[in-house]
Amino acid sequence: MKARSSDRLWLLVLFVIMMVTTAFSIRYGAIDFSAHDMVTAGAGKLAGSNDLTLDQRIFVQLRLPRAILCLLVGACLGVGGTLMQALFRNPIVEPGLVGTSSGAAFGAALFYVFGALLKVTLGGWTLPFAACAGGVLSTYMVFALAHTKSEGRSSILRLLLTGLAINALFMSGIGFLSYIARDPQARSIIYWNLGTLSGADWNSVFAVGLATLIGLVPAIVYAKPLNALMIGEDEAIALGVNVSRLKWVVLTINVIMVAVATAFTGVISFVGLIVPHILRILRGPDNRFLILGSALLGGTLLSIADLVARVSFRPAELPIGIVTAVVGVPVFLSLLRSREYLS
Amino acid sequence: MLNASHVTFRVGGRALVNNATASFEPGSLHLIIGPNGAGKSTFIKLLSRLLRPHSGTVQYDGQDVSSWSERQLAHRRAVLSQAIEVAFAMPVRELVMMGRYPHFGARPGARDLHVCEEVMKFFEVEDMADRSYGTLSGGEKQRVQFARVLAQIWHPVNGAVRYLFLDEPLTFLDIRHQIDFMNKVRTFASQPDVVVVGVVHDLSLAARFSDRLLLMHEGRILADGRPSDVLQEQHLRTAFQVHPVLLKNPATGEEHVVFESGEARDQ
Repeated sequence: MKARSSDRLWLLVLFVIMMVTTAFSIRYGAIDFSAHDMVTAGAGKLAGSNDLTLDQRIFVQLRLPRAILCLLVGACLGVGGTLMQALFRNPIVEPGLVGTSSGAAFGAALFYVFGALLKVTLGGWTLPFAACAGGVLSTYMVFALAHTKSEGRSSILRLLLTGLAINALFMSGIGFLSYIARDPQARSIIYWNLGTLSGADWNSVFAVGLATLIGLVPAIVYAKPLNALMIGEDEAIALGVNVSRLKWVVLTINVIMVAVATAFTGVISFVGLIVPHILRILRGPDNRFLILGSALLGGTLLSIADLVARVSFRPAELPIGIVTAVVGVPVFLSLLRSREYLS
Repeated sequence: MLNASHVTFRVGGRALVNNATASFEPGSLHLIIGPNGAGKSTFIKLLSRLLRPHSGTVQYDGQDVSSWSERQLAHRRAVLSQAIEVAFAMPVRELVMMGRYPHFGARPGARDLHVCEEVMKFFEVEDMADRSYGTLSGGEKQRVQFARVLAQIWHPVNGAVRYLFLDEPLTFLDIRHQIDFMNKVRTFASQPDVVVVGVVHDLSLAARFSDRLLLMHEGRILADGRPSDVLQEQHLRTAFQVHPVLLKNPATGEEHVVFESGEARDQ
């Protein structure tokens, strides 16, 4: 098939764009670094030198991990969106649909409102842990409630509707917590629900990096069976796909990637929705291309959004969730108009 | 050889297929007829293992298929369902290639590409190969889907018998394409290592093209045999609750079934 070599070319182009974006993202911000600054700082850090200047420390301890975290979180959300849209055979699905991001947001809201009362804390890990636990718990609730003995054809639809219902429940829980919260806490909850990468450090890079790796490898392996699902559950079974196993593998990958990414950055909407669409418009619906492609493009899009969030009102920064939509929607809408994508 | 013995499938306490026993031989075309709700589609799903029976067994060449892996099954049987919706815009060529999915790993080989070209020619859809599936007419879509389904079992794997199941394949086709489609099915079914079982609604088409007919009614097999034996007045009256008239075309000798309007009359 001609697709193979041109898929590789596209992935290469996406990778190059991502690296260029990242270069801009680490260069500009509250302070701008020259190429020379960046190299010296990086070399100093690698050499284990302790006498870095303040600027150099800002670069290696804040700017660099933040840029990498951007790529990883964007990859998780992009891949999660691709997987969920393919699994539910539905173009309007977001990766948080099965309850993951609203549960994570609820966990974070609980932490903000009642966190001060906790005797046991995990230091800097307390908030991510609370959010991740919330995301996993809500997703598990969706799975358990949607599970029926007969694995009939309605089970994916049941999962989708159960996800919507549980999302609504957790959203009202978040609403209640923001309502009873005192002002600074309520602000934190709102801020977290718009997403931010300002908490990025090397720990979060390693945690999200691990989740990305754990999710991405099986996602690539299951890309072909996911393609078969595009023509229907019965048709996929007839083509030799074990659909019930595929379903649970894909949902598990999605929960790992989305819950962990959300835990460190808050709820970042829209990336997971539009990244798969942009790639489908450009290259068609083959998941063997989309999975890797959406990892690269998700990272790129989030890097651009983070750069805009940092430089547009510097030294202050915007929540990234506001910027993702502003950056992503024009691209998305113009592509949507220019092709016969929806036929 | 395909054997179904005492197959029963229930939903909510009601038996959609009730203790059905039938066998289907290679090299001939078997068609299932019956009124709505008779259990035809459910029976096809049980025979193709898209559903598993609550009791009874389905055997391919004397082997119970209940323990077969999905992949093992996919090498030997293909299913054409009614009205397939494709979730995302996709070129026809890629859709047809999906039929080869059970046969290759990450990327298709030369043989898979070759089979796709052949089936697209066989169904006269090669001109649409690069068009998006969503832009096709209902009849074109059905032909593309049939090309995909046949790509799956175009060649035997390790010389094993192949099984093709068709669930109301004629729904979106006009009369010319219905006849054309049935001729192609016959051609495929005439191979000595192929078992074909299909569900159709049109009794005259069923009579004309099948080697064997099964008439289903309320989950049971009411009649099973040569078309002229099955298309008896009392069978049709019981199953369809209308009064049939059987006509013979004087030119060809083919049987045709028409129905008088109104309820079946007691005689």
